Amino acid sequence: MDTIDKRLLNEFQHDFPLTPRPYAVIAERLGVDERTVVAAYDALIDGDFISRIGAVVRTGAVGASTLAAMAVPPRRLESVAAFVSAFDEVNHNYQRDHAYNLWFVITAPSRARLERVIAAIENETQLAILDLPMIEDYHLDLGFDLKWT
Amino acid sequence: MDMMAVSQQDLALIGAIADGLPRTARPYRDVGARLGLDEAAVIDGLKSLIDRGVIRRFGVVVRHHTLGYTANAMAVWDVPDDDVGRIARKMAEVPYVTLCYRRPRRLPQWRYNLFCMVHGVARDAVRDQVEHLAGRLGLLETPREILFSLRQFKQRGAHYLTCERAAE
Repeated sequence: MDTIDKRLLNEFQHDFPLTPRPYAVIAERLGVDERTVVAAYDALIDGDFISRIGAVVRTGAVGASTLAAMAVPPRRLESVAAFVSAFDEVNHNYQRDHAYNLWFVITAPSRARLERVIAAIENETQLAILDLPMIEDYHLDLGFDLKWT
Repeated sequence: MDMMAVSQQDLALIGAIADGLPRTARPYRDVGARLGLDEAAVIDGLKSLIDRGVIRRFGVVVRHHTLGYTANAMAVWDVPDDDVGRIARKMAEVPYVTLCYRRPRRLPQWRYNLFCMVHGVARDAVRDQVEHLAGRLGLLETPREILFSLRQFKQRGAHYLTCERAAE
């Protein structure tokens, strides 16, 4: 990864330019041309280094969300995880090293819709879900300062 | 609370960029074209959402895992309910803590009420960081666990509006 890529990753996690030609503004700041910036971001997204350039919405500000956990028998993990991931309402889904081995975030336009997703997953898998909605968020999202060592 | 009131147009805007801003010369104009809004309305709408705190960060969303931060841990703590706010605010100030949330206990299965994320390149280093965090916050005797992620099945931005699949 070259220096331009690193700067594109690190310096624009906040305050992405809200001007008609944001990539040109970034290009100017880095001393390259606009097409280089666009191509580099395309490559970083294709390479899965960036999930997107976009908004991180405050939890609770829009719709409803929860952190859900399940203790899935290991031999069923793959299929249960695939079933869970197939829901459009599920946006993060991880295996974790714990008896509760499947952790996912469900986000929906309403709490009622979210509860229907939980019920559908419990119904299909016959496994109970721990529903752990956020009560309070203490962190101001400062992005992630990448250390290039 | 009024500040946080979200209009249909706000929701449409958030929905239109849920999968990310296009990499085109005029991305805000292109987003607007899908919504029947002009470029200035898209830019002003996003600025307003940021000012009102609905969008808490606007920019590049990195994938820790691909960037070598493969030791991603969720540390969970069982702290006294009447002290959780004070402890959590101190925890959130620590530079290597990337998220810090209070969540409900679900007894008897789940006793932990405070969650934080710590990202690192090696498990031992992350364990040391959590131990350091416990020492710094006076939580050495507090029940806690570290849940390392093993596999990422799915990660993308939330789709608040574009949930095509009904949960039947």
